[in-house]
Amino acid sequence: MNIHEYQAKQILSDYGIPVPVGKLASTVEEAKQCAQMLERNAWVLKAQIHAGGRGQAGGVHVVDSFSKISEVSHQLLGTRLVTKQTGVKGLPVNSVWIEETVELKREFYLSLLVERVSEKLVFIASEAGGMDIETVAIESPEKILSIEVNPIVGLQPYQCRRVAYALSLKGEQIRMMERIMRGMYQVFIEKDASQIEINPLVEAENDALLALDAKITFDDNALSGHSDILALRDREQEDINENKAQGFGLNYITLSGNIGCMVNGAGLAMATMDLVKLKGGEPANFLDVGGEATAARVTEAFKIILSDEQVKAILVNIFGGIVQCDMIAEGLIIAIQEVKMTIPIVVRLEGTNAELGQQLLNNSGLSVIAAEDLETAAIKVVEYAGGL
Amino acid sequence: MSILVNQSTKVICQGLTGKQGLFHSQQALAYGTKLVAGVTPGRGGEQHLGLTVFDSVQEAIDVTDADATMIYVPAPFAADAILEAEEAGIKVIVCITEGIPILHMLKVKAVLENSSSVLIGPNCPGIITPGECKIGIMSGDIHLLGRIGIVSRSGTLTYEAVKQTTQQGLGQSTCVGIGGDPIHGLRFIEVIKMFEEDPLTEGIVMVGEIGGSEEEEAADYIVDHVSKPIVGYIAGITAPSGKRMGHAGAIITGGKGTAEGKIAALTAAGVDVARSPTEIGERMKARLS
Repeated sequence: MNIHEYQAKQILSDYGIPVPVGKLASTVEEAKQCAQMLERNAWVLKAQIHAGGRGQAGGVHVVDSFSKISEVSHQLLGTRLVTKQTGVKGLPVNSVWIEETVELKREFYLSLLVERVSEKLVFIASEAGGMDIETVAIESPEKILSIEVNPIVGLQPYQCRRVAYALSLKGEQIRMMERIMRGMYQVFIEKDASQIEINPLVEAENDALLALDAKITFDDNALSGHSDILALRDREQEDINENKAQGFGLNYITLSGNIGCMVNGAGLAMATMDLVKLKGGEPANFLDVGGEATAARVTEAFKIILSDEQVKAILVNIFGGIVQCDMIAEGLIIAIQEVKMTIPIVVRLEGTNAELGQQLLNNSGLSVIAAEDLETAAIKVVEYAGGL
Repeated sequence: MSILVNQSTKVICQGLTGKQGLFHSQQALAYGTKLVAGVTPGRGGEQHLGLTVFDSVQEAIDVTDADATMIYVPAPFAADAILEAEEAGIKVIVCITEGIPILHMLKVKAVLENSSSVLIGPNCPGIITPGECKIGIMSGDIHLLGRIGIVSRSGTLTYEAVKQTTQQGLGQSTCVGIGGDPIHGLRFIEVIKMFEEDPLTEGIVMVGEIGGSEEEEAADYIVDHVSKPIVGYIAGITAPSGKRMGHAGAIITGGKGTAEGKIAALTAAGVDVARSPTEIGERMKARLS
């Protein structure tokens, strides 16, 4: 789960990490009040959305008058901001974060994440802050330092000092870096984060270190134990269909094609999309109905697929294991009747009692196209989607 | 022959008294797995499916001498179950549970680093040596005892590979579902090494997907250490970047973990990578003839 920048900064601040002073506004009027209360001559105004790349997309402005505050907040609030990370539809700007400006000397990068190769928590630090870390990794990998934390002993002070030395920090800054890294580590462990990124972490004119931007992602598998984090969820930043699907225990992701896919199992669901593409079609979605493809779940899955008006045909690909195909076929028949399917639906059933399942579909009187194997199913669904 | 489990493997089920545990234990028994006991804390002394339930793994081992466990414990408690099994000295720990917090798994892995136990999963279908021992949620009847070792990050794609190798008359020596989580037990390299050393495994099928770099690491390993033919398949060519595709571990981040990258690495290592998931069986057959 993602949260907004201002929420991330609040959490980091609670854990002793210095952040610039700021306030949140969701109307132009509030924006002006916030700016007044901050008692500054200039402010940074930042659109709050769950995506990076805001600066380049016009979502971050430095302003030096109240009239500019009104103008920029008016311009941003209520619109959708499109950045290189949001996709073409962009994300809604429902609030802006107004912050003091910071005179800075240097910008660093600091993050904490789960590294899959070493299977440890790893701090990534770089003197090249304020830019895309992936770009730094490619262009100047020597500027990236990574520090593995042993989960049993936890973060050690010498590891923090290593980062501080690598960034050429001096005196009090070294202790400050230790406090920042400890804070990040504590947030990670106590709140079950999956990534914390401070980019940039800046060295201000007065030598203080400040988290100028912050992003925290939480482990979905651990959210149920953190009601305080769950309360920060902003569903308006999330895809409606993906959310709806989640509520029914379905894994759904919107794509841009016209062939709806419904599959059991995440790997097979991806493979099905890939095969559709290989046969010349474009998948409209990823959808894993899970191990138990019951009538109720399948019905909801169909409803979500059909809510995408681009969908011209649907491919159902079920490999029945323990759940037998005749049971799945019965569920499919109920679901197809329930949603009053009007577009072609190609069904491939495989596994236990597959033939029995196919017979049930063929005898149902519904216009279901049964395919004997996956290859044929993919070819057929591409034909049907293109032929309409 | 086979790897990790066979007809003499004695298995316990942690979480036997739960709905999933009970159902799949029944299926395992029907398949012929030597399931010898169950473990559910606080339910010691009960009888289910003709098996005794113990309060702890240690008690179950003391009485039954089991050397493998299958875990159907709910996610918040699953890491505890794995660690308990490790402490009791169980050799093969199979964890089916999906949704274990990643920080739990980091601790589990740190403990397993210096352990003689191996972990399969979590978030996996389990392991099966056809006709001998089934530990997991796969359907037994598509399997055929034979010559191909299958290792996969995905459940249903494993079934595809199984069905196809069965149809081609090749059969399987052992099938290992290593799971869809970013942090998990046995990895591709370890399982491929076991298949390479297993005299009756003649060919290997590896099914990967987007996310992480295990396939690339396996490719490096294969170049120098594997002589047997390998057919690969990687799911997720059409997966968008930054989206978690069902499995917690199936995500492309910062341009890393793409299907194309994995396919290129494996192909360069001499793996025959099928573009379509429907070609796995025939390609394996061709490589062996």
